[in-house]
Parts: sequence; C-alpha cells; structure tokens
Amino acid sequence: MEDHFSSTRFLLISALIVMVGVIIASMVGMSIQEESKGMAKPTLLFLWLFTSTGKLFSFVQFIGFFGPLIGIILGFDAINRERVSRTLSKLIAQPIYRDSVINGKFLAGVVTIAIVLVAIILIISGLGIRLIGVVPGPEEVWRVAIYFIASLLYISFWLGISILFSVVFRSTATSALAALALWIFFSFFVSMGAGVLADAVAPISQSSTRVDPEIVIRHEKIQRVVSLFSPMTLYSEATSTVLDPMRKTTRGLLLMGPLERLSLARFQNPLTLPQSIYIVLPHLISIVAITFLCFGICYLFFMRQEIRTV
Amino acid sequence: MPCSFGWGDDKVRGQSIIETEKLTKRYGAQTAVNELDLKIWEGEVFGFLGPNGAGKTTTLLMFLGLTEPTSGKVNVCGFDPKRDPLRVKEKVGYLPENVGFYDDMDARQNLQFVARLNRIPDEISAPRIDSWLKEVGLLEEAEKKVGIYSKGMRQRLGIAEVMIKEPRLIFLDEPTIGLDPDGTNRMLDLIHSLSREKNITVFLSSHLLDQVQRICDRVGIMIKGNLVAVGPIEELAKKKLGLDKEHYTLEEIYMKYFKEA
Repeated sequence: MEDHFSSTRFLLISALIVMVGVIIASMVGMSIQEESKGMAKPTLLFLWLFTSTGKLFSFVQFIGFFGPLIGIILGFDAINRERVSRTLSKLIAQPIYRDSVINGKFLAGVVTIAIVLVAIILIISGLGIRLIGVVPGPEEVWRVAIYFIASLLYISFWLGISILFSVVFRSTATSALAALALWIFFSFFVSMGAGVLADAVAPISQSSTRVDPEIVIRHEKIQRVVSLFSPMTLYSEATSTVLDPMRKTTRGLLLMGPLERLSLARFQNPLTLPQSIYIVLPHLISIVAITFLCFGICYLFFMRQEIRTV
Repeated sequence: MPCSFGWGDDKVRGQSIIETEKLTKRYGAQTAVNELDLKIWEGEVFGFLGPNGAGKTTTLLMFLGLTEPTSGKVNVCGFDPKRDPLRVKEKVGYLPENVGFYDDMDARQNLQFVARLNRIPDEISAPRIDSWLKEVGLLEEAEKKVGIYSKGMRQRLGIAEVMIKEPRLIFLDEPTIGLDPDGTNRMLDLIHSLSREKNITVFLSSHLLDQVQRICDRVGIMIKGNLVAVGPIEELAKKKLGLDKEHYTLEEIYMKYFKEA
C-alpha cells in the first residue's frame, strides 16, 4: 500500500507540514526569547517550543485542532474509492484475506501519519535549537516521545473514523463530508454544548451578587464531563500535561480538592515524568480505547459487507 | 454455420473442476440461487446464460468464496471455497464485468501489483507480464497510464491480469462487452486458445448469445435462480427445437426456455 506516498495528496500534506513547522518554530522561538529574558534559570525550555502559543497558536493546539484533518484526508476514500473504480472486487478475488485489505489501509495511514508527525517535530526541534540554542535533555526527549505517541493515536482515531465512513458510504463525497461534520461537531459544538448543558442543569445567576460555590462547582463539573466526550479535549488535556511539567492536574482550579490545592501551593517544582504520565494515563487509555473501538467497528462492517460488483 | 465443441456424452469426460450439490443462496426471503447442481469439466468452455438478476453473479461469488452459500456443497479445484477461499483464489482468475484498474499506474504496474498480491516474485512475474501484454496486444502501450486506456484496451488488460497468476480456471463476466468487432473476434480466439492450448477451464457469463455459441462447449441456462438447462448446445437444440432442425441458433433455444420459465 505504497500509494500514499506518491499521491498529490501526500505532497499537499508535506507542504503543509513544512510550512507549519517553520512558522511555529520561528514564531515561538522569538516569543520564547522574550519570555525567558527576565528569568534567572528557565527550566525545560525545550518543551516550550511545543506548548508556547507565540503570536497565534502553539503546536499542540494546532495538532489538536487540525490533526484530525490529516487523518480524514488520508482515510475518507480508502474503501469507497476502490469500489467506485471497481478495483475492490478484483482485489478481494486475489488470494489474500479480506481483512488484509482493511488492515493494510489502516496501517498504511498510520505509518504515513507517523512520518508526518516525526517530520514536524524534527523541523520544530531543529529550528528551535538553532534559534534559541537549547539542547533537550533526556526527560524532555521522553516527554516529546510520549506526546508523539499520543498524537499518533489521536490522528489514527480520526483515520479510523474516516475509513469507517468510507466503508459505510458508497460515495467519496458523502464520506468526506460526514467525517468533516463529525470533526466540526467535536471541535466546536461539544465544548459549546457542554457549556449550555451545564447552564441548564446548574444555572449560575448573573444578577445576584452572592454566588453559591456549590453550584459553581457543579456547573464546572458538568461542563468538564461533557467536554471529555470529545476526543479533542481528551487529547489536548493529555498532551499539554505531558509537555508542560508545571501542570499538575488536568482539572481546572475550581474543581480541585483541598489537599490537591494545598500540594499545588506547597510544591512549586515541576512534576517528574512518571507523575505526569500518571496524571494523564486515563486520558491516554481512553484515546487508545476509542481508536481501537473505531477500527473494530470499521473492520466488522467491512467483513460483513456483501461485495457485489454492481 | 453454428458449431460447438461438445463431447456429446457427459460420462466420458475427464476430471471435474467445479462441482456443486444443492447449492443455495438466499437473501432474506428471496432465493437468489436455488439448489444448483452443476459440474464443470476441466478444460471446457462453459457458457453461463440467463437474464439479468437470475443469480449468475451470486453463483460466481459463491464459487470464489466471496459470499457464503446458505446451504449446499460446492467444490472448486478440489477445495471448498467456504473453508479455503485462499486456496481457491490462488487457482482461479476472476474478471468482473467492467473491471477497474488503478488509473494513476501504468499497465505494467497494475499487473505487477496483482502479481505481488499473488506472492509471485518480481523476477518471475516480469517476463510473464511482458508475454501476456504481448499476447493481448498492449506491449506498446504498457508505459501509458491506464486512466487513458480505451474500453477495449482495459478489457484486454483485464484478461492479462487474470492470467498473471496462471490459473487453472477463469471466470469471465461479459468479457467482450464494449469491444469493436475486430476486438471481439480476437478476444474470442484468445479465450478459445486458452482452453485448447493451455487446458484452462473457462466459465463465461454473457448475454451475447452468438458469441457464446461460437466458443462454448456447453451452456447452462439459469432463470430466476434455477438452472433450467445444461448441456452441449446441439443437445439442447435437439431437445427443444426438434430432431429435424439443422440450422438453429442459441438465441432460439434460449428464448424457448425463457418463455417456458
């Protein structure tokens, strides 16, 4: 399944990567220089390359938002293009198992995504090292590696979604639109919907001067639970915690328990790597779970479908 | 002058390559194929006829193990396509109607891709690809992208593609549709020579009855999921049109069966 690499589509993605990498690295590089000026001894400066927002957005935000598009672009016509060009019936008449078709499609996509991500990360690191002159330590490399794996899984989830649509829908346009619709739904409407739902269940009255803290906390809790349904939230919480050792919890300040707040106030040092991982483990496991679930559904659908030439 | 290459009596044949016993496929309440009993002999050209939606393609898919029969037995090249679809697909070539190719690859790349799916090493497949491209008259166009091929060229490339794995049995679904008269003639000659010179069994499904009559040893007529007739064309003609008739066409026989069903 080498066709991903020679297609114009891949060329387009590669161009995008180089552009994004260079823009982010230079943008962030400059702002890091400014930000770190006042600091006596900035720690883990290298990771700032990925999390610092610079003028517009950080790399982490960018992948969280547009990473799904890479998955969708690579997968939306995986199966139905073979159907439209009538090569699918020929393909499965060859002595291969039927599932190797769909496994191949998925694996080829995952490998492509991995190459794309490695390329971006290397571009940013390389340019960053040249611009700000920091060399990453072993811990930073590990954090970036974990970030890479999380991103790979997250984009693979979207690849799985789009391949699923390409199995279900006969027309490539329909499956592309359906995947895009889902992407928009998760990136905009879930967080919006979370706010609306929280307002409805635990309304905070704007008029009264005294606000009941119980209600505020309930409001926050509901909003958080709903927004966690979006893989985008899962992913961005997980990765920003991994990349930023100063972040000690994925929860907002309001939702912390008293002890947690106390420890936050007492210990100002960055978290060690295992601790960071421990915090985001549930997030990572959820991402793995939805990715596999998605591919599993896709697999079942494909295996059960009647293959007719007409 | 109608001609057929029938051997006459069924019992003096050699080996059978396809055997089915009460093969049935139902989609919900609808029966697509009803208790099909059929034997195809090694090396013959068998014409599989019937109106659209009679269950011909379903039968083909069951032979290839691409769809599961509801009940009954089927054996292709000594294997059960239900249990051993890969072994069957190694030995059987299938050319679907209006076959598709990867349009952004050239003819040679398309054939090489199929060869690789059949686990044929490149150094073995390369000369084979060239010789089949020559056989179907596409050697000069081998470097062109398949996207710009004409209908006839695609059909011929399809034949080459089916032959790459050197099958014992090939299924052809409307192989001559969309070909010009010269192309049709060459295609029919090619199919005939495959059967005669290489002892490849050809299972041909077509609506073009005059062509079927030209090259098929035996025909089977399927109507609404039932195999209503099977045998050499001469035999069917005797049975349906009377003993005295010398000049008959397959179309007359076919229409007679079709009206009775």
